[in-house]
Amino acid sequence: MWYFVSPQIVFGEGAICALDELQGCRALIVTDRTLVELGLVGQVKDRLERAGFEVRIFDSVEPDPDVQTVLKGAEVARAFEPDWIVAVGGGSPIDAAKAIWVLYERPELHPAEINPITPLGLRCKARMVAIPTTSGTGSEATMGIVLTDREERRKMGLGNREAVPDIAIVDPCMAAGMSPQLTADTGLDALAHAIEGYTCAWHTDFADGLCFNAARLIFRYLPAAVANGADLEARERMHNAATCAGLGFSNALTSIAHSMGHALGAVFHLPHGRAVGICLPYTIEFAAHQAPERFAELAALLGFSQAGGEEGARALAGAVRELCRRIGNPTSIAETGLSRADYEAHLDKLVDDAFNDTSMMSAVRSPSYEEFRQLFLYAYEGKPVDF
Amino acid sequence: MAFKFPSDEWIKELANQLNASEAYEKAAKDWEGDFIFVVEPDEAYPHTAYLFLGLYHGKSTDAALLSSENEREAEFILRAPYSNWRNVIEGKLDPIQGMMTRKLQVKGNMMKIMRYPKAAKEIVACCALVPTEFAA
Repeated sequence: MWYFVSPQIVFGEGAICALDELQGCRALIVTDRTLVELGLVGQVKDRLERAGFEVRIFDSVEPDPDVQTVLKGAEVARAFEPDWIVAVGGGSPIDAAKAIWVLYERPELHPAEINPITPLGLRCKARMVAIPTTSGTGSEATMGIVLTDREERRKMGLGNREAVPDIAIVDPCMAAGMSPQLTADTGLDALAHAIEGYTCAWHTDFADGLCFNAARLIFRYLPAAVANGADLEARERMHNAATCAGLGFSNALTSIAHSMGHALGAVFHLPHGRAVGICLPYTIEFAAHQAPERFAELAALLGFSQAGGEEGARALAGAVRELCRRIGNPTSIAETGLSRADYEAHLDKLVDDAFNDTSMMSAVRSPSYEEFRQLFLYAYEGKPVDF
Repeated sequence: MAFKFPSDEWIKELANQLNASEAYEKAAKDWEGDFIFVVEPDEAYPHTAYLFLGLYHGKSTDAALLSSENEREAEFILRAPYSNWRNVIEGKLDPIQGMMTRKLQVKGNMMKIMRYPKAAKEIVACCALVPTEFAA
């Protein structure tokens, strides 16, 4: 027994017009200041006001939002009493908006109490729209909420099926202004969602197709979207791919690359997509040694190798590395500029955090503590995994 | 030798397996919190059984079959029909997925459990190492 949960997805150029049809009185936009300055939030606000909404903007969401931010946002929500929470942004604003929504409806909860097992009873006060402005996180279609515990320098993987937004507006025009680096980093995040969603132990028949198609689109269109941000076809296909991948992995799970990426992001503030993009091939190679089947199957479907088994799985890892190189992203942690001394000084914490990250629940090959340490070292050095 | 599930011998053997597991010790090195596993009757098993498992900092401190849920205090109570427990022990039902689909019902601080998913996985891995004789 399992579930498949999805928002209503409005997609394609002009999808933002779906806001014109929203019914309600008050909308709280949750976003960040950069998106306000870029004018993207203004477009959303204007449409909501034309649709008859009183609108308030909470634009204090920082990259990798923490508990304090969502507590502040929830206070704003409780004072304003919106009937719609409208998230505009990448993963940080959308995840923060989900947490704010939960705390608005359930003020007695602490954000860390949001878990996939305990029912939340949402939608008594508000519903949620998510409008992604990056093509990567997929948060507009997922149950996940990633918040950062700054005291412990740890990312908390929270979530609940009820926290899947009601509506996702996937309009490529909202992501058309991304820089090449942001396009590359977020695109690799989407690729990691697609590959881990397809290959993790919790994969399902319902999510497989989404994950495969997302991976296919990303391998095909990410280089073009990075090379030429004005390539609207590449932008649109990447935007769709990110949501497909989000929907896919949210109904399965991510795996070891995400657990390593969360640890690296919390300790060294590496952009999430860059971190998981680096780690992904190493984790594929690690899994390939004992459980290569799903990776090899995906490699075959994507046309990288018909060899099957470990050889096929390794071909998938190679294709990910090649994609990273084509878009100018690092293929090892050393290439990000982190010093080895600094890295090794934090290695125990990285392993501890990754070891008990929620993404580890669905690893097809579960590393021991020592193997995890080795994985982090191999990923630092850029050495293909041979154990 | 196979151990009947549920029984005092079975839960004690699980404790032995946990105490021999380096992976569990690492994954649960900060864990503090005892469990009572309640095995509820279903068509495959007509009785109710209560299994206590004491867990502290990566080791099992105690394990016993109880006569009732109130015989010992535990921070967490995990409750499921016999057949669902069997599926967990045989690796057919992931315990976290089981909790998410209410096939296993948990009482206790979920926030704490969700911080130790690897430990949960290792407990199940140790369950698989216990030679188990199931009813019918």
